[in-house]
Amino acid sequence: MQFFNFPLSPPSASNFSAEYDVLFYVLTGLTLFFSLIVGVAVIFFAVRYRKGSKADRSRPLYENLFLELTWTIVPLVLGLIMFYFGTSLYIKMRTPPRNATEIYVIGKQWMWHIEHGNGVRENNTLHVPVGQPVKLTMISQDVLHAFYIPAFRVQEHVVPGRYTQLWFTATKAGEYHLFCNMYCGTQHSEMGGKVVAMEPKEFAEWMANGGQSVAPMSMEQAGAKIYSKIGCNNCHGAEDTLHAPSLYGIYGKRRVFADGTSLIADEEYLRSSILRPYDHITQGYGQTMPVYEGQLTEEDVINLTAYIKVLGTTTANTPTSNVNRSSAASAVSGNNNPTSLATNAMQANTPDPDATPTRRNGSPAVGAIAAEGKNR
Amino acid sequence: MSTTVTAKGGLPAQPQQEEVNYLNVEHTISSWLLTGDHKRIAMLYLISTTFFFFLGSLAAGLVRFELTSPAGVVLESETYNKVFSSHGVIMVFLFLVVAIPAIFGNFFIPLMIGARDLAFPRLNLASWYMYMTGGLLIMIGFIAGGVDTGWTFYTPYSSMYSNTQVSLVLVGIFIGGFSSITTGVNFIATIHKMRAPGMTWFRLPLFVWAMYSTSLLLILGTPVVAITLLLVVFERLFKLPIFSPELGGDPVLFQHLFWFYSHPAVYIMILPAFGIISELIANFSRKRIFGYHFVAFSSIAIAGLGFLVWGHHMFISSQAMYESVVFSLISFLVAVPSAIKIFNWTTTIYKGNVVLSSPMIYAIGFLLIFTVGGLTGLYLGGIGTDVHLTATYFVVAHFHYVMVGGTMLAFLGGLHYWWPKMTGRLYNERIAQVNAVIMFIGFNLTFFPQFILGWLGMPRRYHYYYFAPEFQAYHIMSTLGATVLGLGFALPAFYLTASLFNGEKAGPNPWNAHGLEWETSSPPPTSNFLETPIVMDEVYDFDPVSEHEQDMADQAKKSSTENPEDHH
Repeated sequence: MQFFNFPLSPPSASNFSAEYDVLFYVLTGLTLFFSLIVGVAVIFFAVRYRKGSKADRSRPLYENLFLELTWTIVPLVLGLIMFYFGTSLYIKMRTPPRNATEIYVIGKQWMWHIEHGNGVRENNTLHVPVGQPVKLTMISQDVLHAFYIPAFRVQEHVVPGRYTQLWFTATKAGEYHLFCNMYCGTQHSEMGGKVVAMEPKEFAEWMANGGQSVAPMSMEQAGAKIYSKIGCNNCHGAEDTLHAPSLYGIYGKRRVFADGTSLIADEEYLRSSILRPYDHITQGYGQTMPVYEGQLTEEDVINLTAYIKVLGTTTANTPTSNVNRSSAASAVSGNNNPTSLATNAMQANTPDPDATPTRRNGSPAVGAIAAEGKNR
Repeated sequence: MSTTVTAKGGLPAQPQQEEVNYLNVEHTISSWLLTGDHKRIAMLYLISTTFFFFLGSLAAGLVRFELTSPAGVVLESETYNKVFSSHGVIMVFLFLVVAIPAIFGNFFIPLMIGARDLAFPRLNLASWYMYMTGGLLIMIGFIAGGVDTGWTFYTPYSSMYSNTQVSLVLVGIFIGGFSSITTGVNFIATIHKMRAPGMTWFRLPLFVWAMYSTSLLLILGTPVVAITLLLVVFERLFKLPIFSPELGGDPVLFQHLFWFYSHPAVYIMILPAFGIISELIANFSRKRIFGYHFVAFSSIAIAGLGFLVWGHHMFISSQAMYESVVFSLISFLVAVPSAIKIFNWTTTIYKGNVVLSSPMIYAIGFLLIFTVGGLTGLYLGGIGTDVHLTATYFVVAHFHYVMVGGTMLAFLGGLHYWWPKMTGRLYNERIAQVNAVIMFIGFNLTFFPQFILGWLGMPRRYHYYYFAPEFQAYHIMSTLGATVLGLGFALPAFYLTASLFNGEKAGPNPWNAHGLEWETSSPPPTSNFLETPIVMDEVYDFDPVSEHEQDMADQAKKSSTENPEDHH
């Protein structure tokens, strides 16, 4: 709910939130009701019986057992009713179902480190499937923290030296706040991130892809994709053609150019020939290739080059196998953008997520830059 | 009142001449610093707590200013954490726990029960010195770098991780704690042994009952927290393995020990306020308090049950599930005596002759705000609802509704009520009435938005919230309110101080109130009463019916003289 710039309720996205909200609103109703009774009575009496008013004061009351019992028993009974419903919700919150998926959480100053059963790891972001109970087993590596997801209405301390548990079933796909809600030192307010609830199918894919929405690719695979996307293969085939020489096995060979000069086809040569083909026209060919300078990113060029290196060999068709390694890296960068896959693949060489900065990922909104500047 | 036999010795024999009272009997500095007079010690406390309150409010102002922007305004996170910690430490340990007992309790318990002084005057003075030593150590700690642990000092952060002046500040709180203990001992001995002839237990003003309950809590609770905090110091300095799992301790043990005191401490802060409100409602409604016995015993019930609910601060702290259930149940029980008080006060106003003087406006503000503060406690005492709300701004709003809207409004109500007695001067009543309304508005504007913030999930003790900018509108509202509230705190400093110089003389009983403290001169002489008073009448012995008849008669007389043609 939102009223102009004033949100009126948090998103409601777990199996507990509907029951929780009913309790919350009933309590709010009771609070309003009794506050109004007291408020109206106090002000009404204070005005009606102000000194010198004509209101009747005969037979004043000083003690009345019936009244005392009324306002002892009525709040007591209402309180016990609220106690009953609150406790029954709490017991549900503390009793995880047996089929719950287990996820492990480690809190440390000032980041959340999360490990899924299949080895997928992520920092400051928790991916969960919609409709499937999830049980978090949590421990702290240093001071007290609290794992708090407002949209799910769940929270539990994360304590050093002992495990604590939290469970929920996400009911609505989306991104929700994840906060540390137990003061833990200087950057306490920045120890958090987001919970991403995904449809079960997407989540399964995400898990299979090692924590990414698209399966990670090797540099060669990425290069092959670009090779066909920008149409290199239309002219550069397996054999030399009228329009273009074949690139198969080109790497490391000497190339002779139209002006009689020659160069070894190294990475530098491949790059410049992709971006500025007219610098060196291969003997026997004309100026037919488009210029790609400004069209391709350096990352694209690196991937293309990697592909060209293996053109015609069997490696070009080998699928990648380092799923888990690259997933760790992508979890670190928190970046699921397919255009940066090469970066992910490169990071796979440093799979230790602990080595990365503990900054909150997610999209920094207003003033994030200012804050970053300040903390440096 | 007429049946109370007292020596009217305090009344001036020669009105022209300034009578001798506790303020003007001696003027040297040593006569203040070495005094045994409970009234002078109360004034020392008034000055020192006001000073600390001022510092604590500055910190609060800085926190509110900083939160107007999601990425902070002027402070580093480290500084912000120190600022909110100093706000909490000062307000809890140097103001709220101390203020009402040490100022009004000290000053008025002997006057209300007809005694010359507290039972142990020198212990009383020593308590002020312990308070000041503690306060000074805490201030040195703040100047030397401050603490960044929050006022709760949760382990193992406070004992092993924080590189701030935790040890110094904790020793300060430890020493200050003894001032609470001695004050409690003093009050209990005084109330038991020094009541004037005829001042039976059920003729005691409810303020005295409230102070008695508070003293029990002070004596039973403070030693626990004092030792606990000392253990944190030992773990910091000597690696004594108590709380840190790295050393083999248990971090949650600290929370049990801390809240064993700090939950009752909430009642240490609010029970005295209840006492003041009972005085104000009875005296300004000019009617005996409704259900005197229920109000008196509800204070004792709160003091007793207050020791059994500490676990409700720890529902998500990894304590066992059934432990939480039991603590929650008792927490709902402790709500009942508070409800009893609220309803009894409300009914007291019924058929009274209400005078809306400034203290009464504060009392009415208290009733409205404390009701909300108390009821929102049910969200937090109920375990299910607490899980989402605990440690969010909902909690911040809730305890400020109780501590600021409750204790602070009652404190100001009491200050305005007893100011003429304490200083002998009347302040500008019109400004004081307006100020009470400013406080009420400023308070609600500051803290109501925080309930919604907490419900939305805004954690407390957060410096930045740039990742959740949807919270900003409420933070800005709250800071606007804090500005109004700041004005409400600043104004009394001026008009009350001004009254000392140009205020009218108050006379012994400017409110026409009932109670022994109003039967002696204002300010009272050092010995309080020149002769021991003998109490013959009941407490709050007003007669609303005949008073009303008198009012009607006066009005009829007045209108007949003003408008004689009405009688044609």
